Amino acid sequence: MLEVRNLHSFYGDAHVLHGVSLEVKAGEVVALLGRNGMGKTTLIRSIMRLAQPQMREGSLLWKGEELKHLTPHEVAKKRIALVPQGRRLFPSLTVVEHLTMLKPASAKHGWTVNRVLEMFPRLAERKNHRGNQLSGGERQMLAVGRSLMIDPELVLMDEPSEGLAPVMVQHLETIIADLGKTGLAILLVEQNLYSALSVASRIYVLETGKVVHAASVEEVKKDQAPLMRFLGVH
Amino acid sequence: MASLNLVQILNGLTFAALLFIVASGFTLIFGLLRIVNLAHGALYLFGGYVGYTVSGMSGSFALGILASMLAVACLGLFIDQGLLRFVRGFVLREVLLTLGVAFVLNDLALVIWGGDTFSVEVPAILRGAVHIGGTFYPKYRLFVLVLGIFTFIGLWLLLNRTRLGALIRAGVDDAEMVEAMGINIRRVFLATSMLGASLAGLGGTVGGAFLTLYPTADSEILVFSLAIVIIGGSGSLVGAAVGALLVGLLNTIGQVMFPELAYFVIFGPMAAILAFRPLGLFGRAT
Ligand SMILES: Nc1ncnc2c1ncn2[C@@H]1O[C@H](COP(=O)(O)OP(=O)(O)O)[C@@H](O)[C@H]1O
Ligand SMILES: [Mg+2]
Repeated sequence: MLEVRNLHSFYGDAHVLHGVSLEVKAGEVVALLGRNGMGKTTLIRSIMRLAQPQMREGSLLWKGEELKHLTPHEVAKKRIALVPQGRRLFPSLTVVEHLTMLKPASAKHGWTVNRVLEMFPRLAERKNHRGNQLSGGERQMLAVGRSLMIDPELVLMDEPSEGLAPVMVQHLETIIADLGKTGLAILLVEQNLYSALSVASRIYVLETGKVVHAASVEEVKKDQAPLMRFLGVH
Repeated sequence: MASLNLVQILNGLTFAALLFIVASGFTLIFGLLRIVNLAHGALYLFGGYVGYTVSGMSGSFALGILASMLAVACLGLFIDQGLLRFVRGFVLREVLLTLGVAFVLNDLALVIWGGDTFSVEVPAILRGAVHIGGTFYPKYRLFVLVLGIFTFIGLWLLLNRTRLGALIRAGVDDAEMVEAMGINIRRVFLATSMLGASLAGLGGTVGGAFLTLYPTADSEILVFSLAIVIIGGSGSLVGAAVGALLVGLLNTIGQVMFPELAYFVIFGPMAAILAFRPLGLFGRAT
């Protein structure tokens, strides 16, 4: 469904992605692993067509259609959603406002405010709190819930478990797995191999702007040695 | 050293109300588009002249207000779509461009209306004075005070109770993220530009009736608006209201008690606030 081919991305003169190619099929949860600074966020931002980085080469095919020349809101309209690194909630908006800024609360089709709040009961209790009054876990739930409101077919999640307590990380894994079961495709950026293995069906490893390893979860479970080489400590 | 009496306090408050009307538009544009629109004062003055002419010709003050808001909103549209779009993202060029627009607008106004001082005609029901607290006070200035309060309420409802308002606030927080959610943020920017400009136009006509309109009125109002936004924090409506009250009252205190230090009385406290809250009283880091 999403096919990234030979992607080269730059921040000014800094060449950060050196010909990345990867694929996410419909309804598939794919994990993108790699240590800090390897270019994971750069890849996610390139797919979303955000102003930085600039993409100078390669193509981004979405159901066979080129995304390269679109603006971010046009990409989102193609039903590709972003859960950015660091959550990036809107401090001035309440929980409910995060969910109603796209469609009125009365909307019936697709993801609705009620459906999101059923999925995240903790948010329902904090409906009228502002983004910056939530705990880390609640913030991440809201960031995920917000992304669902565009009725995505693919969600790009950039390190959603970053900075969360272990219990919350597990909860988040369950949520991601559940979302995957609804047929939603997810490209999940992770630093933790085991977290990735628990939800994804395939993994890619990014190192200094290149895909250095690609495998299915079965392959990884049989032999983790090649992965360990790339990920170091895990 | 004289002390303040009721009339002077009311003068401060009504001046604050006018300043709020003008500065609220300024702060919205500053907060969302990150543009210090140095043409905002010129938009105020231009709106005032349009209001003066239209209300004079039609005999209707309300029509004058409407015309000035509409005319200046169109100018806002033109500045955004016709000029600023070519320098987007280059802060210095954007600011210089708005300064250029200010010069051009002022010269244009000089050509059309000349250098005389005009006063927008006040409708009959707002003329005269009312009796409050043992003294008489001009009805019109109280009208400006009420208008300022209604503008605050209207803008507050727009920002806090509508979807466009939520998008504007979200855009002030993080425009890129709004865009990533499928919203064409440029449209939100444009709506905000036009709204902000129309508030300058409203201020021009309303202010033109008691502060009068003359060729340098634009820079005076611009300096006050800047002070208000810096004190209140850019993009904050409540900040603009508090800033306007402070500046309006300090301006009166300065004029009455320390006439030789009138500007210092405003900008001294502003500098002090900045020392402790560099983003203004209600400003937020982004
Ligand atoms: N805005 C930026 N400007 C310049 N260089 C950047 C910018 N963002 C990231 N980089 C650089 O690009 C590389 C990849 O960063 P990033 O994609 O954020 O890595 P990851 O998400 O894998 O931790 C790093 O070397 C980083 O320093
Ligand atoms: Mg990252």
